[in-house]
Amino acid sequence: MNGSGFNWLGFWNLVFSALVQRIGVLGRELRQRRGRLVVAGIPMLWLGLFFLLPFLIVARISLTTIDPNAQPPYSSIVTFTQGWQLELHFNLDNYRRLWQDGLYLSAYLNSLKTAAISTLLCLMIGFPMALGIARASTRWRLPLLTMVIVPFWTSFLIRIYAWIGLLKDQGPLNNLLLWLGVIDEPLHILYTNTAVYIGIVYSYLPFMVLPLTATLLKHDRSLLEAAFDLGCKPMRAFWRVTFPLALPGVIAGSLLVFIPAVGEFVIPDLLGGPDSLMIGRVLWTEFFQSRDWPLASAVAMAILLLIVIPTLLFEHLQARRGAQEARR
Amino acid sequence: MAQPGRRQAPIEPWQQPGAQPFLRICNVTKTFGQTYAVDDVSAEVYQGEFFSLLGGSGCGKSTLLRILAGLETPDRGRIVLGGEDITDLPPYERPVNMMFQSYALFPHLNVAQNVAFGLHQERMARGEIADRVAAMLDLVQLKDYGRRKPDQLSGGQRQRVALARALAKQPKLLLLDEPLGALDRKLREQTQFELVGIQERIGITFITVTHDQEEAMTMSSRVAVMDAGRIVQVATPAQLYEFPANRFVAGFIGAVNLFDGRVSQQQGEDLVFHCEALGGDFLMYHGDPLPIGTPVTVAVRPEKVSVHDTRPTDRRNAVHGKVVEIAYLGDVSIYHVATDHGQVVRIQITHEARYSRPHYSWDDELWLSWDPDDGVVLTA
Repeated sequence: MNGSGFNWLGFWNLVFSALVQRIGVLGRELRQRRGRLVVAGIPMLWLGLFFLLPFLIVARISLTTIDPNAQPPYSSIVTFTQGWQLELHFNLDNYRRLWQDGLYLSAYLNSLKTAAISTLLCLMIGFPMALGIARASTRWRLPLLTMVIVPFWTSFLIRIYAWIGLLKDQGPLNNLLLWLGVIDEPLHILYTNTAVYIGIVYSYLPFMVLPLTATLLKHDRSLLEAAFDLGCKPMRAFWRVTFPLALPGVIAGSLLVFIPAVGEFVIPDLLGGPDSLMIGRVLWTEFFQSRDWPLASAVAMAILLLIVIPTLLFEHLQARRGAQEARR
Repeated sequence: MAQPGRRQAPIEPWQQPGAQPFLRICNVTKTFGQTYAVDDVSAEVYQGEFFSLLGGSGCGKSTLLRILAGLETPDRGRIVLGGEDITDLPPYERPVNMMFQSYALFPHLNVAQNVAFGLHQERMARGEIADRVAAMLDLVQLKDYGRRKPDQLSGGQRQRVALARALAKQPKLLLLDEPLGALDRKLREQTQFELVGIQERIGITFITVTHDQEEAMTMSSRVAVMDAGRIVQVATPAQLYEFPANRFVAGFIGAVNLFDGRVSQQQGEDLVFHCEALGGDFLMYHGDPLPIGTPVTVAVRPEKVSVHDTRPTDRRNAVHGKVVEIAYLGDVSIYHVATDHGQVVRIQITHEARYSRPHYSWDDELWLSWDPDDGVVLTA
């Protein structure tokens, strides 16, 4: 198999010596700028270890073929053939299936829709809450903030289970509404989309309230007074001054709610019905029930791209707008 | 800084017979918890005035200004502007605008949008707004800065934008909270004159709050000195300086020597007062006769005290002393002279010629003197 054509041994020798040289250069630079590199390096290392590396592992699995006999259950991409040749086996079938099977696409769209509506609901409920906390006297602010955070002390799963009890047909919510005479027969909320929205909004509301509160706390009260002084009634002052100035918080909070909500699987699994099929649940099923790791990884990659691309695009636009305004 | 030729309003409207005050503050009281921020304050301001509220921090001047703007509600009292009671009007319905101490420029809007903000609330036509904004930016010499954001401006430029924004709605009354407080000294002096120039050109009544007596003296037609929630004296800058109503005003406006003593003799319009710390009797002019033994304070400004090498024979009031402190300030020198009985007198000598450097040094002995009408006799 050898002797003909390319000298693979020589090639690897070249690669390694280039690498060694490169590391030497890096080492010199490291000595020269040690302080800066340490400061910038620690978060980089963190991101590399816990974000980039897992991402690459998942990306790799998504390109393999399912192999039930292997442990873990997928084929390997890289094989060394005899004669030191590298062979790469990419399998794009997983991604093709995502596109061709309507189930995945509709689950994606459903996830996006659910996440978007939940984010809007969180914003509508969270903004008044954050405004209330930010405007409260210092004596009240900490207790109020604590109340937002306290649910985190209980397991997320247990809190979602609690909602099953609250929302079921003979649960406290229905009993209360029946007793009040608002309804004549129990509302079927559990195992519907409504229950999923309730669960998501309930779970992710703190992620909206906290950044909003942080932004609103920074507001100079005299800006609002200036708006009044210049003829704004309270509602108008809110829309012309408070809300535009809170936009960074609105964006941060919305991303913090939207991104995990897209991939959410526990809430639709426990509270949702058969029609609330979200992509997170599909991922879960593929991974743990079908044990199709490559397909599950492809689903995960698609979710990631679906979320990351709009986010990056948005940031890019923001940065460009900022640069444009600075130039004027 | 009044320049009569350019003034639209009479120079001293409060002295015109039959002149009606434009703004009446009637017995306004405001408490925060137990403390009286504003305590039964009454004042009258006339059309076209540049009226200052002067006082130290916590004297209630800012609270009074915020009450005028409608940002605070008084517990008692009325505010009447141009014959209309505006006490219960919310800020957005008052024909009054305020320039905030922090300027409170909207950071998300550019300069032109900031200035136009109040005009949009009036639902003014777009073209008209653009014209008004341009005129306002022209007035504050920021014509080419309309598209800048507030954080791209210097402190002085921000101050002008805040002024333009507050003036854009052509308010009947403009309130300025420490308008020059955030500027450095040189810019502040320059801006003082500009502010007065703008006020004279547009003729809007200004009420400004300041803790800086020099600023109040430079800009104002009249100054209201406030202390502990009350107005202590309302007068022109010159009157405040030369005829302070009491010890607080005398001490707050400029430097002053305060000599405590008692009336020992009454001689027509003059009185003799005895001061232990100065070690003797001194003749002072005072219009109203005071009973013998009345405790009084004599206020003498440092620049009114004359200095002599030997005892002056032609002056009634003379004291012997020794130089203990010297401060050279360029235009003047300040000396602290300790008299034989312990009172330290502050005196000021103007450097009128470049080569006549003051020839007194530490521990030099000298004589101080002042005329009977060089000081004010204060009973409060």
